[in-house]
Amino acid sequence: MAFLEIANLQKDFGAVRVVKDFNLAVEPGEFVSFLGPSGCGKTTVLRMVAGFEEPTDGTISIGGRDVTRLRPNQRNIGMVFQAYALFPNMTVAQNIAFGLRVARTPKADSDARVAEMLALIKLPDYGDRYPYQLSGGQQQRVALARALAPRPKLLLLDEPLSALDAKVRVSLREEIRQIQRNLGITTIFVTHDQEEALSMSDRIVVMYGGRAEQVGAPFDIYNKPSTRFVASFVGTLNILRGTVTDPARGVVDVDGNAIQTGGELSRFAKGAPISLALRPEAAALDNGPAPMARGKIMDVSFLGSVIRIRVNLGQNTISFDRFNSPGSPPPAPGEPCGIAFAAKDILVLDD
Amino acid sequence: MKTNRFWSWLFLLLGVAYFVFPLIGTFEFSLKMRRGAYSFDAYRTVLTDPQFQATFGYSVTMALATIVMGVVLVVPTAYWVRLKLPSWRPVIEFITLLPLVIPAIVVVFGYIRLYNTSSWLPLTGSAMGTNILLMFGYTTLALPYMYRAVDTGLRAIDVGTLTEAAQSLGAGWITIMTRVILPNVLVAVLSGAFLTFAIVIGEFTMAALLNRPAFGPYLQLIGANRAYEPAALAVIAFGITWLCMGLIQLVSRFSKLPNAGR
Ligand SMILES: Nc1ncnc2c1ncn2[C@@H]1O[C@H](COP(=O)(O)OP(=O)(O)OP(=O)(O)O)[C@@H](O)[C@H]1O
Ligand SMILES: [Mg+2]
Repeated sequence: MAFLEIANLQKDFGAVRVVKDFNLAVEPGEFVSFLGPSGCGKTTVLRMVAGFEEPTDGTISIGGRDVTRLRPNQRNIGMVFQAYALFPNMTVAQNIAFGLRVARTPKADSDARVAEMLALIKLPDYGDRYPYQLSGGQQQRVALARALAPRPKLLLLDEPLSALDAKVRVSLREEIRQIQRNLGITTIFVTHDQEEALSMSDRIVVMYGGRAEQVGAPFDIYNKPSTRFVASFVGTLNILRGTVTDPARGVVDVDGNAIQTGGELSRFAKGAPISLALRPEAAALDNGPAPMARGKIMDVSFLGSVIRIRVNLGQNTISFDRFNSPGSPPPAPGEPCGIAFAAKDILVLDD
Repeated sequence: MKTNRFWSWLFLLLGVAYFVFPLIGTFEFSLKMRRGAYSFDAYRTVLTDPQFQATFGYSVTMALATIVMGVVLVVPTAYWVRLKLPSWRPVIEFITLLPLVIPAIVVVFGYIRLYNTSSWLPLTGSAMGTNILLMFGYTTLALPYMYRAVDTGLRAIDVGTLTEAAQSLGAGWITIMTRVILPNVLVAVLSGAFLTFAIVIGEFTMAALLNRPAFGPYLQLIGANRAYEPAALAVIAFGITWLCMGLIQLVSRFSKLPNAGR
């Protein structure tokens, strides 16, 4: 039996069903991310696990115990919020000790635990500061320490990095993951940033419209999306619209380029419209004599180690990344160019 | 630009004069008890009057009780309304404004009718009961100020998230109220408390009609029967009010520090 089991979870707000038949089993020590667009119900599911919202239907059990009707303060769950939510009237040390004081931990034990937590978040000398004297990243680390201090069985994080700037976000997400691994605490992490989810998680739950669309390891979610939504939401998928010219051989016309797809397309009529998808990492510039498609460089963004190139084919654009190499400068916008990709990398989307 | 400033100064001076001259006049008069020389004789007479000490002590006690009652009533209410019943806020706000609209004399007559000796809860039958009734009356009078102060204080913190953070750490409602909410609105509560204090010390109608030995009726009694003492008392009462205002300022000054980063 899994550590956290969510079964047939439903939530209605008035007449609107916000979470629909949500099922999930999380193993002990696992780091699971909820990924999905705004309003898809991630926070609502998390809040039901924490006990802040009551499910309309379904059960939640932690460690084999049904907690569906338990009040939030009896669930022994650590929670980290997007807005930090540190108690402004308390110092960092008092904030971290709050859960321990509530549990009437002896002062000596509590002090030791606070010192241990401060060391864990690498802020050993900040115990006497007030939250307003800390940067956003430091406040969020304190919030993490506060959540972890009473040794909860489950850690829930609701977009904890969204309010931070890009650099801090990346360093803090590595830190959170490392702390989580060291403590071996079962964790659910809510985010709408796919990079965050892909880089941190053992497993990802991709949510859409209140449903879990796909549950799987980052590698599988990215490479084997099981639904159209997952395919388009995860990764920056290029969508190409064209018409089928030869169903038997699987050839599609996209802006005057005859594109060979991976298989036959006999379910389409000749001349039928079709949507193809192409992952950015499957495409590359090809200045040889017979590229897969021809177009014009639309723009080139230099992102440091990576160069992002967008090519205009006519109606469609393809964007893809290339590693930066000092020996070959990027092409200039307006230049004609060819693009190569393998037939097997083309996904045919059924609309 | 120049003329603008001229007019601003003029009106400021007029305003100051409007408030200050009567005050100076009263103060000057209160010093004239001894013929031909300024002295603090009037103040000495007043301050050594045992009745002054008794009534002032009574009113201070009542003020403190009212403050406690007001805090216990208003802080949880304002908190709960913000947390769970935001749609009720206009209603609650309206109710708390009623004491400004309904004259104290109407309120107290209502009380006397409801709680007289032949009623189901004969509060006016004993001195203690009447004291309690008077405290409730004062609480009502102070409600608009107390509620507004606390509600403003609550607006400055993220009540919902702080509550949930505390809950997830195992805290129950009492812990949340006393350790998280109250300390964070303490400044607001204190300013509400000083306003309440000032109101209760000067209140006349309720105390007089319930026939309790409060400072307000004493003020009136002296005013009707003496010449110089009332002026001295007025200055003292004014001083207390100003002290309360000053304390509100001081408290909010102190709180500037922890609030800075928000
Ligand atoms: N208390 C509430 N009352 C009514 N509707 C609500 C309530 N809370 C959430 N909703 C609705 O439920 C849906 C899901 O909300 P939720 O906050 O779970 O989304 P989310 O996936 O966390 O989005 P985001 O990424 O923007 O945080 C939204 O359409 C929202 O409007
Ligand atoms: Mg959310």
